[in-house]
Amino acid sequence: MSDTNGGGSLKETLWDPIAGFGVTFRTMFRKPVTEQYPFEKRPTAPRFHGRHQLNRWPDGLEKCVGCELCAWACPADAIYVEGASNGPSDEDRFSPGERYGRVYQINYLRCILCGLCIEACPTRALTMTNEYELADDNRADLIYEKSDLLAPLLPGMVEPPHAMLISDDHHDYYAGKTLPVVEVTHGSASTGDGA
Amino acid sequence: MTVEASRETQTPVDLVTLSIDDVEVSVPKGTLVIRAAELVGTEIPRFCDHPLLEPVGACRQCLVEVPDAGNGRGFPKPQASCTLEVAPGMVVRTQVTSPVAEKAQHGTMELLLVNHPLDCPVCDKGGECPLQNQAMSHGRGESRFAETKRTFPKPLAVSEQVLLDRERCVLCARCTRFSEQVAGDPFIALVERGARQQVGIGPSTDEQAFGDRPGADGSSGGAQPFHSYFSGNTIQICPVGALTSADYRFRSRPFDLVSTPSVAEHDACGAAIRVDHRRGTVMRRLAGDDPEVNEEWVTDKDRFAFTWSRQDDRLRTPLVRDPDTGELVPASWPGALAAAAAGLREAAGKVGVLPGGRLTAEDAYAYSVFARVALRTNDIDFRTRPHSAEEAAFLAARVATVQDVATRDLETASTVLLVGLEPEDEAGTLFLRLRKGSRHGVRVAAVASHTTRGLAKVGGELLTARPGEEASALDAIQDSDGSADVGLDARSVVLLGERLASSPGAFSAAVRLAERTGARLAWVPRRAGDRGAVETGCLPTLLPGARPVGDAEARADLAAAWGVRSVPAKAGRDTTSILRAAARGQLRALVVGGVEVDDLPDPALAREALAAADFVVSLEVRESDVTRAADVVLPVAPPVEKSGTFVTWEGRLRPFGRVLDVPGSLTDVRVLAGIAEELGAPLGFRTTAGAMRSMADLGPWDGERVAAPDLAAPEAKEPRGGEVVLATWRQLVDDGRLQDGQDRYRATARRAVLKASAATLAAAGVEPGDVATISTDLGSASFPTAVADLPDGVVWAPGNNGVHLRGALGADHGSTVRLTAGGAS
Repeated sequence: MSDTNGGGSLKETLWDPIAGFGVTFRTMFRKPVTEQYPFEKRPTAPRFHGRHQLNRWPDGLEKCVGCELCAWACPADAIYVEGASNGPSDEDRFSPGERYGRVYQINYLRCILCGLCIEACPTRALTMTNEYELADDNRADLIYEKSDLLAPLLPGMVEPPHAMLISDDHHDYYAGKTLPVVEVTHGSASTGDGA
Repeated sequence: MTVEASRETQTPVDLVTLSIDDVEVSVPKGTLVIRAAELVGTEIPRFCDHPLLEPVGACRQCLVEVPDAGNGRGFPKPQASCTLEVAPGMVVRTQVTSPVAEKAQHGTMELLLVNHPLDCPVCDKGGECPLQNQAMSHGRGESRFAETKRTFPKPLAVSEQVLLDRERCVLCARCTRFSEQVAGDPFIALVERGARQQVGIGPSTDEQAFGDRPGADGSSGGAQPFHSYFSGNTIQICPVGALTSADYRFRSRPFDLVSTPSVAEHDACGAAIRVDHRRGTVMRRLAGDDPEVNEEWVTDKDRFAFTWSRQDDRLRTPLVRDPDTGELVPASWPGALAAAAAGLREAAGKVGVLPGGRLTAEDAYAYSVFARVALRTNDIDFRTRPHSAEEAAFLAARVATVQDVATRDLETASTVLLVGLEPEDEAGTLFLRLRKGSRHGVRVAAVASHTTRGLAKVGGELLTARPGEEASALDAIQDSDGSADVGLDARSVVLLGERLASSPGAFSAAVRLAERTGARLAWVPRRAGDRGAVETGCLPTLLPGARPVGDAEARADLAAAWGVRSVPAKAGRDTTSILRAAARGQLRALVVGGVEVDDLPDPALAREALAAADFVVSLEVRESDVTRAADVVLPVAPPVEKSGTFVTWEGRLRPFGRVLDVPGSLTDVRVLAGIAEELGAPLGFRTTAGAMRSMADLGPWDGERVAAPDLAAPEAKEPRGGEVVLATWRQLVDDGRLQDGQDRYRATARRAVLKASAATLAAAGVEPGDVATISTDLGSASFPTAVADLPDGVVWAPGNNGVHLRGALGADHGSTVRLTAGGAS
């Protein structure tokens, strides 16, 4: 603790004033930690809370059912959702069930990237990516629409609206019954059943 | 709940003292334990229990322990508190103090949830669901059921509007009990047994008798859809999400809706409703809770018909006719008000005012003051349907400021006589109260052309009257020769419909009947603003507060209150005379409110008048035949965008607040005040609140009233060969413009059929079920036919279901039409 005596010891008068330079000299011989952003972009931690993504089923149909639980959970009131009914014909089908999210907006001027919406999502339709470059020069472009948030189409996915391509039966659809079994080859090779 | 301040509970009642959760409580005899528990602050979970439905004990969620039933012995097992009446000395232990009751409730909840899907995120009820809430508050938290749940194909459309998800149903039977006990439309029932038990629709015998439902002609022997005028209530009282409306399905969630209490604008009953909106758009309407008016029920029209004010033809800006091109062009509000004032100043002294019957009392009052103060005329009439001088005299003498009959009286009256009124179609809320009364012993009779489904549902007796001859039928009731006795006495109520205006002598005969028997009279108009317009003096012979135009003292009283030198003394013209005078050039300008040309008694004359008048000012919500002919169109706010007060048929004030705040959406009060100020004769108020204050300051007239009309019943007319007399009225669900934009709701309309006696059809060579045509010189309309108990030589057809009879045929209740077989040529 602090020494309240007047004067001071030899250490205080001679050593302490130069001790701080030790850090400076030591660091001169180390590799700098400065990140050269935006010229060099380094990956974030794997569970970094970045921009949201609306996921798809393996046939491309949307997982979002428009339940608005994310909007309800949002502490910043950044999410706006409107649900709608999938039409009677397959030309109007956007999600496998009865309901889909017709309107989906996230306002990144408000979003605090806390992730409560992700916890609220009952279908795991909403997740977060590691993308963190969420800046713009105007407000309108920072309200992301559904088209901005939907996950990209991977091989085998078809842009909705379309029929349920995996299976007409809901149980089989969600279990991924007709999906091909894919060998996973990282680490010790294991076999997934596609579920 | 049941223990409310009413006439019944104000009288001393036998109290029973019992102990609930160790708290002594005294409640009226006959109270159910579940309600007595509410009085000590214990809410027992429940699904099937509803205070307005009879107890059934279907869901078993409300189990309580009863260690002592009042006789010293207890029940060996937990009892359903919703079917158990209190007894003196009874000891009840609910889940609060009894582990037995709590375990029983947890067990019931777990069983109810065994087959209930976990689809709350997609269920419309999610967030306002009694099952969801009570599973959280009284459930186990975790399910032990690991097996596959029972599923059904979903959703099942029990009607175009009502969808059923059977796997969500907990079989509480609220919907089927409502349909049977309250609405009287038992089109849905519990079918199957055991685990397969479900709500379903089945073939009904009811529609065969009335012929106005699809398949009634035998074309389909299968299930009948749930076409009840009150089907929406089942959606609201469903304690789970099993019944949903196609209209609201997946549209919104309860937690992002803003709710505003309001009053329905579709009929003169003033039903309390709740309007839910999101981001400036009304998403749905629900029934409000008002024990004096509508209890917790509304008609489907009040519930679903709310999109009419946001159709594409909605007027948003004032329009003024360009003198050069003759086109209506958008104008600024000050410019349009100045143009309206300039045109009216030009026609000074020769202006007629037709405010229409859909206004709030404040708006109607503004029209009334505007006519008298700014235009200096009594040429104002709110009636946009067939009318008569006899009716005006009746309204002045027996309706304005009179509050004789209240809705609740229909439960306690000895007899309710309906004259020229079909309450199920014209006043649905009143109908439900009447049916409740009839189930408790109120005798119902109707002077009408035939037994309608509505009359059969209230167990009513029919006193057959040919259209136009209602007066003789009324004179025959309990006459000196006692030919028709329906037990009218001082505890009876006679309800008169607006249709009687086209039946000469009917109002006079009703007054004579009331004086003869002591029964109370009430006038039940169809439109929400009709009674308010009577109270505020939108009649040629009546000033606000029942002041007669012919009474110099009343005029002086009014002039003093308004701060003007005098009020016009000359009795004004009625609607038809205004239109005739305008067509002949005697009136040079018209100020028209919410008026549909086809609704007017003579649409052809009205079109002629609108074309002939030099200057027409129209205050409308949506584009119409009037706005297209007008010189200045001033857009006014629909009820959802303004506050105001409707006056019900009882004379009860029903104030409501603004739901949507739309800038630039002005009330009729504000617009008329603006024109009046431009004319240099201000109304004395500019706002709805100001108009209400002015009305309150004015008060009702306490002087002498106009004498009631006393016309003799007309001689019976025999129609010529090939001609029949038409009986008609507007059905609840029809093609009216206030129901625009709701196709699924429209699809639940009753089938348009022409009804007549077998002899009438045979005389015209029509096989029952085949198409027949009624025609006048103006036009014709074809309907499938059905046999009903009409007198010979009379046919009934709906007023505006498929074809607008007044607009297309010029035919009305009591008109003679030609009846021919086959479709229109």
